[in-house]
Amino acid sequence: MSSQRPTTLGVKLIGLRKAFGPKQVLDGVNLDIPPNSSMVVLGGSGSGKSVMLKCILGLIQPDEGVIEIGGQDVLKMSARDRTALMNRIGMLFQNGALFDSLPVWENVCFKLLAQKRITRRAARDKAAEVLAQVGLAASVGDLSPAELSGGMQKRVALARAVAAEPEIILFDEPTTGLDPIMGAVIDGLIADCVHRLGATAISITHDMASARRIGQQAAMLYRGQVVWTGPAAQLGDTGNAMVDQFARGEREGPITMELRR
Amino acid sequence: MVTAFLAALGRPIVAACRSAGDLGLFALEAISHVFRPPFYGRQFLRHFIEVAYFSLPVVALTALFTGMVLALQSYTGFARFNAQSAIASVVILSVTRELGPVLAGLMVAGRIGAAMAAELGTMRVTDQIDALTTLSTDPMKYLVAPRILAATVALPLLVLVADVLGAMGGFVIGTVKLGFVPATYLKASWDVLQLQDVTSGLAKAAVFGFVIALMGCYSGYRSKGGAQGVGLATTSAVVLASILILALDYVVTEAFFAQ
Repeated sequence: MSSQRPTTLGVKLIGLRKAFGPKQVLDGVNLDIPPNSSMVVLGGSGSGKSVMLKCILGLIQPDEGVIEIGGQDVLKMSARDRTALMNRIGMLFQNGALFDSLPVWENVCFKLLAQKRITRRAARDKAAEVLAQVGLAASVGDLSPAELSGGMQKRVALARAVAAEPEIILFDEPTTGLDPIMGAVIDGLIADCVHRLGATAISITHDMASARRIGQQAAMLYRGQVVWTGPAAQLGDTGNAMVDQFARGEREGPITMELRR
Repeated sequence: MVTAFLAALGRPIVAACRSAGDLGLFALEAISHVFRPPFYGRQFLRHFIEVAYFSLPVVALTALFTGMVLALQSYTGFARFNAQSAIASVVILSVTRELGPVLAGLMVAGRIGAAMAAELGTMRVTDQIDALTTLSTDPMKYLVAPRILAATVALPLLVLVADVLGAMGGFVIGTVKLGFVPATYLKASWDVLQLQDVTSGLAKAAVFGFVIALMGCYSGYRSKGGAQGVGLATTSAVVLASILILALDYVVTEAFFAQ
């Protein structure tokens, strides 16, 4: 994986709204992620973080609002232009979402093979190269995802997300379910990959240590709205009661009071 | 009170109509992907082998024993009217026109329809289908179209084998147990059999193959929730496919009968 010129693609969400039945999951989300920056989105369970990512990816159609990627309104694009743009985005799913029926090397190079940017023969070598970038031996490529540990699956999923050298990478709770050391390893790999690719990164997480390691900027999503944005390094000491309570994992505070109602 | 009653009555009807419409659109989209590139030959081959080759034992055994039982039961009934000579005709026509395709369809629905629903359902609830979209691949084209094409092509081949084995089962019982002369039994079977008897059975098989894969893919693709959702998808795939096989059996038979 060669070092690339920093991307010019940023992501801007303006007034994004999405409801499922009576439940308003996103209630006017505004967020600006400049090109070549790393944004971490925090929020409790059900606060709409994953829905927001799926809206950016085009997996869920928002009810209202604007999603700008590289200055273009994605929701007003033709299907072809949108597909072309989405080809420049990579995604690491929370549980890896590796394809059980394919060996690891084919998982890693799936996008390259789908786009016919590589032959099947060359894909094995490419997979070995990318697996090495995430600290896995080339022999792992011949295994099936079911034969891997949770940490290895996350690494393979990371390898798959970055193999096609995307300009925007989305991470959905990348360290969930991992022990603290493996979580730190994955965070380091994520930071390395994003830096090496010169990509724009959006991560959602509950893990404060992870947020500080991989994010330059952070945003807090609460009840479908962004209630705070600021430097990730400040988390726990932002002056915003809601964010500080969440970052410190305290029982008492505005979020708990809201939940008690 | 009356309004509430009518609403309660209408809600499941509206839901059923919505589901039927959704299934129809799903089927049309899947069919359109069968004819539009890119084509996933490896996926087609994998599912064709799964349907045609790995279903062969269960379909073969079902057909063989059905032919044997049919010969025995026909003998029991026909002996009362001194019509034992019609056994060969009954066996060959029943197997090729009805029992071969229907029983093979039901067995494959249980085996393949359930497997497709479970696999796609698991992929849905573990985000693998969403992952496909993010990896520049249309899930309908990659997952659904090859399965539907494979089952539609494979089932007639399975039914052809079932026809031969079903007829063979009747022949074995007819000659070994019931005392028919082998040449006479074979001649009676051959004389009564027409090309349309076989082709109508194969046409039914293609329709059943399409229905089995469609219901398996649709139920799995639209499944929600976790393990329970996948279980429900699997059950509904098998039940709906079985009902549709029996209903469409009548429709196709009627179409051929009218000719």
